[in-house]
Amino acid sequence: MDTIAPWIILFAPLVSAVLILLFGRLSRKLSAGLAIASALIGAALSWYLFLLPGEIEAGKIVWLDFSPGLQVNIGLTLDALSKLMLVVVNTIASLVFIYSLGYMAREEGYWRYFAGLSLFLFSMLGIVLADNLIMMFIFWELVGVSSYILIGHYYSRASAAEACKQAFIVNRIGDFGFMLGILVLWLQTGTVEFAELEQRIGAFAEIPQLLALALVLVFCGTIGKSAQMPLHVWLPNSMEGPTPVSSLLHAATMVAAGVYLLARIFSILELSAVALHVIAWVGAITCFLAGLMGTQQNDIKRILAYSTISQLGYMVLAVGIASTEEVPMFHLFTHAFFKCLLFLCAGSVILGMHHEQDIWKMGGLRTKMPVTLVACAAGCLALMGFPGFSGHFSKDLIIELTAAKSAPLFWIAVGGVALTAFYTARLFLVVFLGSPRSDAARHAHESPKVMTIPLILLGLAAIFSGWPFVSHFFFHELPHPEVGFGVKAAINVALFLGLLLALGLYARGPAKDPVSIPFFANRLYLDDLYAQIVRLIQDGGATVMALLDRWVIDLAVRLLAVGARGAGFVLALFQTGNLQAYSFFFGAGVIVIIYLLLFK
Amino acid sequence: MVTLAHYLIASGLLFAIGLAGVLLRRNILVIFMCLELMLNAANLSLVAFSRFNLTQGLPDFNGQVFVFFIITVAAAEVAVGLAIIVALYRAKQTTHVEDLDALRG
Repeated sequence: MDTIAPWIILFAPLVSAVLILLFGRLSRKLSAGLAIASALIGAALSWYLFLLPGEIEAGKIVWLDFSPGLQVNIGLTLDALSKLMLVVVNTIASLVFIYSLGYMAREEGYWRYFAGLSLFLFSMLGIVLADNLIMMFIFWELVGVSSYILIGHYYSRASAAEACKQAFIVNRIGDFGFMLGILVLWLQTGTVEFAELEQRIGAFAEIPQLLALALVLVFCGTIGKSAQMPLHVWLPNSMEGPTPVSSLLHAATMVAAGVYLLARIFSILELSAVALHVIAWVGAITCFLAGLMGTQQNDIKRILAYSTISQLGYMVLAVGIASTEEVPMFHLFTHAFFKCLLFLCAGSVILGMHHEQDIWKMGGLRTKMPVTLVACAAGCLALMGFPGFSGHFSKDLIIELTAAKSAPLFWIAVGGVALTAFYTARLFLVVFLGSPRSDAARHAHESPKVMTIPLILLGLAAIFSGWPFVSHFFFHELPHPEVGFGVKAAINVALFLGLLLALGLYARGPAKDPVSIPFFANRLYLDDLYAQIVRLIQDGGATVMALLDRWVIDLAVRLLAVGARGAGFVLALFQTGNLQAYSFFFGAGVIVIIYLLLFK
Repeated sequence: MVTLAHYLIASGLLFAIGLAGVLLRRNILVIFMCLELMLNAANLSLVAFSRFNLTQGLPDFNGQVFVFFIITVAAAEVAVGLAIIVALYRAKQTTHVEDLDALRG
């Protein structure tokens, strides 16, 4: 049972995806039922495995055997880290799948949607359970594919089609680095399995620079998948997908895969101070700049998307400064719940507003959507890190650990807290308080029970998942840094500054945003910069290719043609049409051959 | 005294005459006859070699056996060749090789 269970967890979603693709068109209930059943089975078994003590041997299958050079297994690893992640992924997936019943009830492509979700769940679980880098890379790419499918769910909308393409391509850039990193690690140690890698990492003892290079390359995978600077651009655009997809993939689980990867190789990362330094700085810069961009967005989902990037930045920062992988995993854990909750709340609001996403057309929803209001308040406070809510415990832990390591990183992280508090409060105040700003807001209605029940469950998780009595159950080595009063004060002052600023600006329910900073609203013009760069590279590449085509390939082809024509012209001289000339050539040829054979 | 050299010179002359005829004459029948002449030049030298290559007082008969085979094959070849020439004449109403230039490049 214990060895079979992980395989069932992994393959149940794949089976359901296949079945939905084959038979899902027949009935909506069938496709939803299959997907939810696979997720619930997975969730139940994950909890069961989680409650079993110690590591579990799940066995492995040798897939590619090029020994002694390389052996790639399909093997599952079940240590504390992956068991925790299994629980998080499967629990949240189950809730989102159930929520989707309500959200997608009237949408096109129901079976396609659930098949995509199941495929995603399969790929994500593959990442969680993989016991070697190659297998992880394969599932990493599968996650990219399923994300592509789900973002492009409304493929007839041009923006969605572009967004899924962008997400896929931007991720490919990071994945290329990841692949190079795997290659460097393998070349030096001769293994791709995590457990063996840890033992053989001594192969890098002579050349720490190479180890740092390999780890930073692997980190490129995280930059892509976890939307860190400078590859963050795809995540806000991926909000074109259905909201439950944003919730599951682009907030709670898939984007956390990058952080999970770092946690998986944490013991190796620790050996390279340079790599940790790079990781910490990328995380800190991401968390601050994404916060800046988030302050001026108007689309409810985009605000949340930037907050996700920002929170992922905290997790990556935590990898860079913490002494154990449990610190980033702790924030991943709490963030998964409250961010999933926030997105589901946003979905509930969007559905109640008949697919309106602009927060400046909402307002006054507090009376119309009471359950969503309460759940969203819990989510927002958790996201801010308000004392008593889950985000407070995990985020403050990271920032306190940062204070001990590096002053500049600490102040950047504290700045991030203020920004988070500001844009989160702005979102909440504009959407729920004040008076309705449009007809849709005036006639908004609460969502059905199938949607609100997951909200309530996640709301509870958002409040309590960070509390010591919960975290002790899931984590065992969380550090308790001794920090001075100044550090704690700085964090809380930043939090309340952001909160008060937002209250002052938005509490009275202004009709439109009183602050306008185009530089932030336009995402620091990074997207435009990338578009320009891509265009330049593409134009430059196209010009070079055209020149190559004209002057190298065409020239070669023409020379060949001229050569063939010339040869034909010369040889045609021999085709006189005269029988006797032929026999003369023949005789002459024979004589030449005899001469060569006998006298040379 | 007639020696091997005499025979070989005669054979060479015959072959040269035949070759010249093949290369220079226009009538395809004459060309055909010249071909036969070349064959017979070869036969003559074979017989001559056979006659003068004595082992234990006896000629080497291999050459003569060869000549019989060549004569037989030549007879068959004449039959086929003449049939082709007749068919050619029927098709083209000519026996001049200059008129047979369908293969000109």
